[in-house]
Amino acid sequence: MAQVKEYVGKVKPDWCPGCGDFAVLNALQRALAELDIAPHNVQIVSGIGCSSNLPGFIHAYGFHGLHGRALPVATGAKLGNHALTVIATGGDGDGYGIGVGHFIHTCRRNVDMTYIVMDNQIYGLTTGQASPTTEKDIRTKSTPEGTIETALNPIALALSSGATYVARGFSGDNLHLAQLMKGAIEHKGFALVDVFSPCVTYNKHNTYPWFRERVYKLEDERHDPSDFRLAIEKAFEWGARIPLGLFYKVERPTYEDQEPALRNGKPLVKQSLEQPDLASIMEDFI
Amino acid sequence: MVDYVFRVGGEGGEGVISTGELLTLALARAGFEIYTFRTYPAEIKGGHANYQVRASDHLLLSQGAAVDVLIAFNEEAYQKHIQDVHPGGVLIYDSDSFSVASTEAVISYGIPLTSIATQQVGVRLTKNIVVLGVLSQFFDIPAQRFESLLKERFGRKGQSVVEKNLQAFHAGLEVAKTQTKRDTIHLGEGSRKIKELVLSGNESLALGAIAAGCRIYAGYPITPATDIMEFLAKELPKVGGVVVQTEDEISAIGVVLGASFAGKKAMTATSGPGFSLMTEMMGLAVAAEIPAVIVDVQRVGPSTGMPTKTEQGDLYLAVYGGHGNCPRIVMGLTSVEDCFYGIMRAFNLSEQFQMPVVVLSDQYLGHRKATVPAPDPSRVPIVERRRPTAEELKNYKRYHLTADFVSPMSVPGTEGGGYIAEGLEHDEIGYPAASNHENHLQMTQKRYGKFHRVEQIANDLVRIYGQEHPEIGIISWGSSEGVVREAVQMALDRGYSVGAFHPKILYPQPLAKLKEFINGTKAIIIPEVNYTGQFATLLRKRFAYDFIQLNKCVGLPFTPKEIFDKVEEVARNVDSRSRAYAAKL
Repeated sequence: MAQVKEYVGKVKPDWCPGCGDFAVLNALQRALAELDIAPHNVQIVSGIGCSSNLPGFIHAYGFHGLHGRALPVATGAKLGNHALTVIATGGDGDGYGIGVGHFIHTCRRNVDMTYIVMDNQIYGLTTGQASPTTEKDIRTKSTPEGTIETALNPIALALSSGATYVARGFSGDNLHLAQLMKGAIEHKGFALVDVFSPCVTYNKHNTYPWFRERVYKLEDERHDPSDFRLAIEKAFEWGARIPLGLFYKVERPTYEDQEPALRNGKPLVKQSLEQPDLASIMEDFI
Repeated sequence: MVDYVFRVGGEGGEGVISTGELLTLALARAGFEIYTFRTYPAEIKGGHANYQVRASDHLLLSQGAAVDVLIAFNEEAYQKHIQDVHPGGVLIYDSDSFSVASTEAVISYGIPLTSIATQQVGVRLTKNIVVLGVLSQFFDIPAQRFESLLKERFGRKGQSVVEKNLQAFHAGLEVAKTQTKRDTIHLGEGSRKIKELVLSGNESLALGAIAAGCRIYAGYPITPATDIMEFLAKELPKVGGVVVQTEDEISAIGVVLGASFAGKKAMTATSGPGFSLMTEMMGLAVAAEIPAVIVDVQRVGPSTGMPTKTEQGDLYLAVYGGHGNCPRIVMGLTSVEDCFYGIMRAFNLSEQFQMPVVVLSDQYLGHRKATVPAPDPSRVPIVERRRPTAEELKNYKRYHLTADFVSPMSVPGTEGGGYIAEGLEHDEIGYPAASNHENHLQMTQKRYGKFHRVEQIANDLVRIYGQEHPEIGIISWGSSEGVVREAVQMALDRGYSVGAFHPKILYPQPLAKLKEFINGTKAIIIPEVNYTGQFATLLRKRFAYDFIQLNKCVGLPFTPKEIFDKVEEVARNVDSRSRAYAAKL
């Protein structure tokens, strides 16, 4: 097993003291160390937002791109070199707001990657506006009278879109979170780990104590993660009790498994650079 | 000398396009040089469609002007195109659909195409094959060329479908024999012997991308670029490549950037609306210095515009699209053959300079077919991006400030090469430096330093047709090349001092070569298929010269005659114009 410190980047996180994202970073480093994946074989891709700064703080290959667009870039990186461990990270605004179209289709595509969403139910980097997962009637800077829209349900959306590993963790339980991430990285297919990662500065509603009073672990109640209907039911449990853990897991052929050029093959990046036989293609046009 | 223009017109869905395509292939295989032009409705069924095929035994540079043979499936096609048929030309029409009073001007053959198809063949849709039989018989286009094509095209649908089509073709041959030939058009076998392909611009481009080493294509369907994706979906897997159809164009270019970052050459192709969506990601490729090739097969804008019609209206977007100081390379493809070599060069430039290259084609070029010599990829040696040396990996700096502004780019999976591709302003290592004012200037200079180096290459990728130092110059770009070349020849034949300058790289511009060309001219005409003269405007920033614009904005390409007429008009007035002042940089 590798040491966690091997995955520590040279830049110190710029998150606020107490931010839930510290725990996410730590859990990810722990999961990678336990899985013993060499840092140079890890590819982290993110969008824009507080949590999307994560690639800067971890020792691996990183791609810090555009707001909402982490998943297409991660997909391209995986197709270019499917030997890499590809992990996309971001926040709820990034993944469930501006990038939600990509989220749905990447679930559907079942590319073998892990998507970690640090869900703080607020836009933190822009200092406190309502996000897609902000609960109804919550007052924020952009909703002084309370939000009007219904909150998006990431777990239910992932399940209905075809994700093959759907889990939820909490920054208040680091070890549990690391185990969920480990499972996600080991899983062959698109894995979502939605993380309650409280914003201590701008979300005064969904705080650590608020979550601690409500969360429970699915595995403590003998939840069967192979049962899709049950997973959907649990996805909608919210309020007095909120489930954490693995909602659903299924083995389904990945995009790469079904792509002739990648199936059993060398990563594209390792292919020979010699000119292929164009003449046989040209035959069709004579 | 053989040089005939055929035009087929009718309702969309009636088989106009497939008549044109089969005629194209039959003539090409018979040994003629081919140049087609296709315009068709945006609707899937209905609306007017037409397909023009020019066949000759010499090199063709344009779709031609006057029509020699018009094939009209309905009255609308007749009304729309009859004025384009030159005196003494031929009209072949479906006499079941409408009737034409015989005139002196054209030689008309009314053939009951619909009733032959319905009564003799029993399939109404085969009237477009019946007409091929008529053409074969009238103009002596070898029947076996059509017969073998019909077998190839319909073979997969079963023997009975092949039989029906052969039956329709022979019914056409027979009915034509009952007519007295009154025209003099005759083709027979052509004289061209070299091994040639019949390719559309889009097909040639896709083939060139494979030759350039592109193994990942990501795209979203959009007219008139979709057939690039369709070609590659069929052909890329054969060479170990992957095609992904993404949920939108933003995702398509995102996949391209991710794949290129991972170390594999990748491309996307789209048209105006999709390209508009890609501009933010193009800026990321500039900032993070990621090679990427973006093809825009232009159509008429703004907004949805005229999806099936041609225009050169996206040059501003290609050059200026996106926020910030954002240098990228923009190329214009000039001919079906150039689509192959041009896209190879685009990949090379993006690899060499680690920046996005926008490649502008258009509907006119993308969808027209031409006979081209089998492309030879060895004519454009492949360039790969600069990788870090073992020494450089010891203290790796992804955005190292080098003398030639290009930094080593490591491949994920390489030990010691880890870095972050950053859209934030970053330092040499790649760490965010969003508050470092001096660093921002240095990095901007680095990105523009690369861009300015491209100018040298742009100067080498210029074609001049006609006189190198003419009195009347033409500066054109993109798909107008052939038309302009033909116009120049017409003008030279009439004794005008004329020459055309046609750059392949549009941004940065080949300033040294332009200066040489412009100096000493009395007038310069800049023909563009857009309303405002986008290239002319770019050149006015660089040259204090009173360029004369010639703009066409009806969704159709120029004809050689239109450009020739402008040359004549300018020649008449050139001496009375206030003297154009010398070009200066």
